[in-house]
Amino acid sequence: MNIIPLFVAIPLGAAFILALLGKKETVSDILVNSAALCLAILSIVLIPFLRDNGVFVYTMGRWLPPKGINLVLDGLSLLMLIVINSIAFFATLYSVSYMKRFTAKSRFYSLFMLMVAGMNGVVLTGDFFNLFVFLEIASIASYALVAFGVEAEELEAAFKYMVMSSIASILILFSVGLLYGLTGSLNMADISEIIQGKHNLLLSFSLVLFLAGFGLKAAIIPFHAWLPDAHPSAPAPISAMLSGVLIKALGVYTIMRVFFNVYGMNIQLGWTFMILGVISMVGGGILALRQTDFKRLLAYSSISQIGYILIGLGCGNYWGLLGALFHLFNHATFKALLFLNSGAVEYTTGTRKLDEMGGLSKVMPVTGTTSTIGSLSISGIPPFNGFWSKLFIIIGLIQAGYLVLAGITVLASVLTLAYYLRVQRFVFFGKLREKWAQIKEVPKVMCVSMIALAIICIGTGILFYPLIKVILGPAIAVLQEGTKYSLLILGGMK
Amino acid sequence: MLFFLSFVVFLIGLYCVVAKKNLLKIVMGIVIMEYAVNFFLVLLGYRMGGVAPIITKGIKEAKFVDPLPQAMVLTAIVISIATLAFIVAICIRIYQRYHTFDITEIKRLKG
Amino acid sequence: MNPLKNAEKGMTIIVKTIAKFIVPPIILFGVYMILHGHLTPGGGFPGGVIMASAFILLTLAFGKEVASQKLRRSTASLLESTGALIFLSLALLGIVVGGWFFLNFLPKGHPLKILSAGFIPLANIGIGIKVGGGIFAVFLTLAIFRVFPKK
Repeated sequence: MNIIPLFVAIPLGAAFILALLGKKETVSDILVNSAALCLAILSIVLIPFLRDNGVFVYTMGRWLPPKGINLVLDGLSLLMLIVINSIAFFATLYSVSYMKRFTAKSRFYSLFMLMVAGMNGVVLTGDFFNLFVFLEIASIASYALVAFGVEAEELEAAFKYMVMSSIASILILFSVGLLYGLTGSLNMADISEIIQGKHNLLLSFSLVLFLAGFGLKAAIIPFHAWLPDAHPSAPAPISAMLSGVLIKALGVYTIMRVFFNVYGMNIQLGWTFMILGVISMVGGGILALRQTDFKRLLAYSSISQIGYILIGLGCGNYWGLLGALFHLFNHATFKALLFLNSGAVEYTTGTRKLDEMGGLSKVMPVTGTTSTIGSLSISGIPPFNGFWSKLFIIIGLIQAGYLVLAGITVLASVLTLAYYLRVQRFVFFGKLREKWAQIKEVPKVMCVSMIALAIICIGTGILFYPLIKVILGPAIAVLQEGTKYSLLILGGMK
Repeated sequence: MLFFLSFVVFLIGLYCVVAKKNLLKIVMGIVIMEYAVNFFLVLLGYRMGGVAPIITKGIKEAKFVDPLPQAMVLTAIVISIATLAFIVAICIRIYQRYHTFDITEIKRLKG
Repeated sequence: MNPLKNAEKGMTIIVKTIAKFIVPPIILFGVYMILHGHLTPGGGFPGGVIMASAFILLTLAFGKEVASQKLRRSTASLLESTGALIFLSLALLGIVVGGWFFLNFLPKGHPLKILSAGFIPLANIGIGIKVGGGIFAVFLTLAIFRVFPKK
């Protein structure tokens, strides 16, 4: 039971201890990797705990809600915790040798741990202002990480990202203030109980502000302009964390929590999500077709896949929600794998442009194989995991009767396959140029991360049924019961 | 009526971010927007005829204004200090690389 | 060379004399605000900023070499991390002593005395050290940076 606040306390402690004594490299490597491994193991240990106890409400300092701040552990939080901490562990393992060419490695690890602490806090909290504070901790840490190697283009990308993300945070704070003024409380469960059935112009305005603020963090198409510049400019493990985890924990998870559990879903919100999802899916896909930079193409592909998750959420029935949450889990694994691959290619060749590479799978076999696995997964080829999640979303759309949207989803899948095949042909297959004939495979530590993520891709593709029963089932139950969340939280208190 | 004034200040800040060409003026626009939101939050706690919410020895029953938005604003101000420090540091580094503060010339990332 | 008589660095002799007299009361006021955080408005954050502003006044009046001698940038970073670790360990001690994170486990004495309200004065001290060190470190970093113009 006391494990729950450790998810925030361990990375915070590790970050500040690293800032104190990070002068020697091996000490900081061992410290940060053991902290990340500890968090990943703790998040898996919580699975049987949740199955036995049900939804757990942890009151900080023994102050009862609605006056006190509470941390809530339910199925959706547990799914996000597993995703965040596992991908963080693989990224820190990878950055042991990738970050050797940057000088301030202990500062990098310190900021990384702060970002993980912020994200863990966002998915665990049950109070709106606490959500804002942890959102800001994670965002500010990520601003510094994007600008880490201080080249000219990275600074420009970091400035653009910072301005747009600050505006998003200001909009979110405005909306939290509006909700406090309307209801007199900051607790999510309490607000959800008070605003049921009320129709007020200011309440709709606060809903729109939340959609704009969290949509900016999640990079949905009207608000996506920072992502194609910020994600390529960051170092490769940070790109993997940003694209695989940060836009989901700060954007998609908060949209799910606020709109499903506090406001309550209805048909108009569902249609809004579906329209935004379709525009993101198709727009991201078309813009990715004409890219010549490897990481920029992966960034546009992220926009497209977040569109898939939104369409599944907007659908509202069981298959749509299952597909959306499964796609969230899958996209974290294969997008992180693809970004780590692009980092490996950049580590050995020094370039990111597609037309300068060619035939690299002869000299870098591990990177080539894992990249092929990742590309096939994201395009939705059976038996990898992307196929099942896209299939569930399409089944959900057909069941709800939106046949046109299902057709557009299938076409977007074909588009995804097209540009990933193009990437594979340009980078890994084809003729090997002479200047790349001397390069070797990347160091072992980086290979371990990539192979582990590829094994997860194949494993969840074959064994998806146990995954659905154990982890995704409770998460879907949280979303489906919607505003009865408040009864669960407050009912245990009174 | 004062809520409307805070919204007007927010829109002035948004205009600065969108329409100005100097990097530092964009940063000032963000600061103005944060000021408007903090002002709005503190204004939410006002009660008619209330006094400052400090317990002192002599006062028995007094009508306090709401102290919770004041605690929220304290935290939000500290967060905005951190954001401002980062943005200004990035602006100094951008000047070191590009030798200009004009955003129409800082456009190497396209497509 | 006596920093007071070094006329090239810093500001005029009037500013230097007044700054010499007023920096200790500023630090004292910062300490007062941190320690009385549970009784009067203020607390850790504004108290820390006031203590940092005393050192910023030293930097502005005497030049950055003198201020760097009084409080080096590495010491300021060290103070910042120590303050954060004090705060975090107070929160974790709540688990060890009482069983809940952030539990207020010290005795809460009579209200309106300075030794009341559990561990809140200790938490304020931790935050004050952290904020003071952090803001001064940021200021020194931004002030020391030199940008050379394009030739």
